[in-house]
Amino acid sequence: MTATVTPYRSALTPGRDGFAGLVRAEWTKFRTVRGWVVGMLVAVAVTVLVGMLGPAGSHVVCSGPNGEKCGSNRPPAGPDGTAVHDSFYFVHRPLAGDGGITVRVSALAGAEPWAKAGVLVKDGTKPGAPYAAVMVTGGHGVRMQHNFTADTAGPASSAPFQWLRLTRAGDTLTGYASVDGERWTTVAVVDLAGLPSTVQAGLFVTSPAHVETNRTFGGASGSGGPTTATATFDRVGVDGSWRGGWTGTAIGGEDRGSFSSDGGFTVRGSGDIAPVVPGQGEIGKRIEDSLVGVFAGLIAVLVVATMFVTGEYRRGLIRTTLTAAPRRGRLLAAKAVVIGSVAFVTGVVAAALSVPLVGMVERGVGFFVYPVSAWTELRLIAGTGLLFAVAAVLALAVGALLRRGAGTVTAVVVAVVLPYLVAVASVLAEGPADWLLRLTPAAGFAVQQSMPEYEQVAASYTPADGYFPLSPLGGLVVTGVYTAVALTLAVVTLRRRDA
Amino acid sequence: MRVALHAEWTKQRTVAGTAWLLLGIVVCTVGMSALAATAGGPDPAKVGLAGVVLGQAVVAVLAVGSVGGEYGTGMIRVTLAAVPRRWVVLCAKGTVVAGLTLAAGTLAVLGSVAAAGLSLDGPVLRAAVGSVLYLGLVALLSLGVAVLVRDAASAIGVVLGLLYLFPIVAALVSDPDWFRRLQQIAPMTAGLAVQATVDVASQPLAPWAGLGVLAAWAAGALLVGGTALRLRDA
Repeated sequence: MTATVTPYRSALTPGRDGFAGLVRAEWTKFRTVRGWVVGMLVAVAVTVLVGMLGPAGSHVVCSGPNGEKCGSNRPPAGPDGTAVHDSFYFVHRPLAGDGGITVRVSALAGAEPWAKAGVLVKDGTKPGAPYAAVMVTGGHGVRMQHNFTADTAGPASSAPFQWLRLTRAGDTLTGYASVDGERWTTVAVVDLAGLPSTVQAGLFVTSPAHVETNRTFGGASGSGGPTTATATFDRVGVDGSWRGGWTGTAIGGEDRGSFSSDGGFTVRGSGDIAPVVPGQGEIGKRIEDSLVGVFAGLIAVLVVATMFVTGEYRRGLIRTTLTAAPRRGRLLAAKAVVIGSVAFVTGVVAAALSVPLVGMVERGVGFFVYPVSAWTELRLIAGTGLLFAVAAVLALAVGALLRRGAGTVTAVVVAVVLPYLVAVASVLAEGPADWLLRLTPAAGFAVQQSMPEYEQVAASYTPADGYFPLSPLGGLVVTGVYTAVALTLAVVTLRRRDA
Repeated sequence: MRVALHAEWTKQRTVAGTAWLLLGIVVCTVGMSALAATAGGPDPAKVGLAGVVLGQAVVAVLAVGSVGGEYGTGMIRVTLAAVPRRWVVLCAKGTVVAGLTLAAGTLAVLGSVAAAGLSLDGPVLRAAVGSVLYLGLVALLSLGVAVLVRDAASAIGVVLGLLYLFPIVAALVSDPDWFRRLQQIAPMTAGLAVQATVDVASQPLAPWAGLGVLAAWAAGALLVGGTALRLRDA
């Protein structure tokens, strides 16, 4: 006879092994290791301090020809607040109420592809005032542009469009182009809300500065200078109530222009009507310039994220962890949630502090800070947080794969920071530099680009100038794909491997 | 000293990672140099030796690992019990790590030169020799930081921060004087001045003076790290 023995059962209620419990356990681990918490605070501090290093280490010497302070460094603001170039030669008359103007541009001399000549309606002659214009360009055909940032290409044609017409009806301005002055094609219809009843309207010519950029190791030097364009307008016809005689005004203080009239008009102008495209060597500062410390902060975050997993291997804690939470995929997911959230908050706090504090230093030194919308500012701050989160999870995954702290930090820093460095401040030509920022995890830094590229402004749009080949979201997705692949590999490896 | 050297050599030789890291130095350097050479750039020697920028990260792992690993496992207490004179330990570690780096670095640089199709004479020879020495100095700098910080992951973060951050910050400094000054004091940009063969006069530093700046960084790191090692309990 053998007695049946009831096997021992612990009287304790079994612990819950839900995902929330796992996240809580990982969060407890994180917040109770002093070094990791300090590491995240260090990340915030170095982001702000390194950001301040740039402007603090610069000084702006500026005084105008008559001793006025920094006047020329502050470009006028367009209707939507964008910093703009607004200098051209304007031959104009006041136009009261609705009306129109038709011209033939019989010649446009000037080598610049974006030299412009045509007809323009503007709310006064103050730089930055709202306008709409239809124009022929040196190399880009007929365009209709308004309020500096908007640009519509005219229809393509084998014969050149020489005839231009701009009509006003209330707030609506319509641009037309024609090859022969008889059959007209509408280029665009634009709405200038709030245009006063009397506007300045007439002929304009402008020609942007010629820029050539030479890239060398660690920098670029530009050469070039102002250019002028001369256009001949014959057969100028107006309808509506136009007052006074034709006046020539150099808008924006550009005094290279002139005009002469003998039936038609010959107008010479220089400058540009376009948004300012900041690049290397500009006196102004963009909002992302205040976030240069992000690279320093990111390295600190990567070190903590790495140790969040390799520390467990070094101390043997991983065996306790895996005993308590045997499902390894869920364990890594919980770790990723915790370190990702902490890194996100760190990034948002660091960026939210950097933008105003570094901006203050920049303004104090005398820099012009390019205005951006609150939405863009918010996007940059949140984007920095997301970038930190995605990079931290990447470090976590690589750490789980390699199990070595030094190797992991090196691998992730080399993957995330080095391509950016090589692309912006190094030896490579522009093409390969662009590809580095498309294909490597450094693509995520595209969240830092605050100024858009304008098709209608010829400028150097290279990574070194702060222009990324991918959109902010696209760049973040590329980095995210690397993270997802690494995390998947880590889960598979962790499942197969003994701890 | 000879005993300490022998002990360090034995440790370094018998750790599984060393061979892989040495291989990594060569492969990363030659690989990136070859890629950069196909991409092209204004200074052929600088482009052909661009892999050093990547290779130095592996060098840092090797150097940091020789100290961080010992702190991680507690081996450092055995080491210091066997060789109580701490400067001697540091010198021995420095000699072994720098020696290994120079050996791997020579192979890496020769491979890069071959991959980029450069001919070793005049300024290019100086750039190549300088690049090997550059890697050796990065190893010593990393060793000094590792002895100071003691944790491998944090130490590598500090080293890579020192190397990679300066050029990024410098790129955003608009004042040309400060830009030059930052490039002159940054360990990486100053040290890599030794690679310039085109337009040497416009570089922020003369080639060998640049390597001298990096040597000063390495000496400073070793001095501070060594003092900390001397004063602190392990």
